[in-house]
Amino acid sequence: MKLRYFAWVRERVGKAEEDVEPPPGVVTVNDLIAWLRGRGEEYAFAFENARVIRAAIDRAHARHDAPIAGAGEIAFFPPMTGG
Amino acid sequence: MSVSVTVRLQREPFDAAAEAHRLTHGRADIGALVSFTGLCRGDEQGRPLAALTLEHYPGMAEAEIARHVDAACARWPLLGVTVVHRYGRILPGEPIVLVLAAAAHREAAFMAAEFLIDYLKTRAPFWKQVETAAGRSWVEAKAADEKSAARWQTSAKDRAAE
Repeated sequence: MKLRYFAWVRERVGKAEEDVEPPPGVVTVNDLIAWLRGRGEEYAFAFENARVIRAAIDRAHARHDAPIAGAGEIAFFPPMTGG
Repeated sequence: MSVSVTVRLQREPFDAAAEAHRLTHGRADIGALVSFTGLCRGDEQGRPLAALTLEHYPGMAEAEIARHVDAACARWPLLGVTVVHRYGRILPGEPIVLVLAAAAHREAAFMAAEFLIDYLKTRAPFWKQVETAAGRSWVEAKAADEKSAARWQTSAKDRAAE
């Protein structure tokens, strides 16, 4: 699946997008965040306060307990500040 | 009854009067048009602001705005909705976002315009970064904006969708 990062999540991770293949135990958005945090200090920094991170699955808002099976694109970003 | 809907993201400034003309021109069924324009202020917490840069999630931003336009159309008897949102670098005094809501009578137009801008601020994937003499920083989401958006939730079903 493709992961995309925006705003300060993108800056902390150090890239705008990447393709990943999480292991089978990664079932929800929460699991994916926990798995990403273990991938390096830039991820640990980006996701240090997972509670504030918002997620979208295939371009629709998703809760952290949402399952990720079948997702093509998952995005992580801070709370939105448009308008 | 035809509802005229325009949702557009663009880098360049927009002309609110021209958008209003486009929405209402040649129609005699619209009795009320509410126009909201969000502008870039020249200060950020007392410090002069050089510019704002808006990052967005292409594809999702349009989809999320369209979802809320649909929700507004389901909730109020609207005749037209226009949403224009800019991205990229925006200078003080320039417009950022436009919401137009047209209806036969004013109540629906006022309510829909306010509903749309409240949701745009908290649900549409845009992020503002400010440039001041001190450097660049990301704007933090405001609890007051979440509260404004929450006012429009009418049912448990709406809350579950959040």
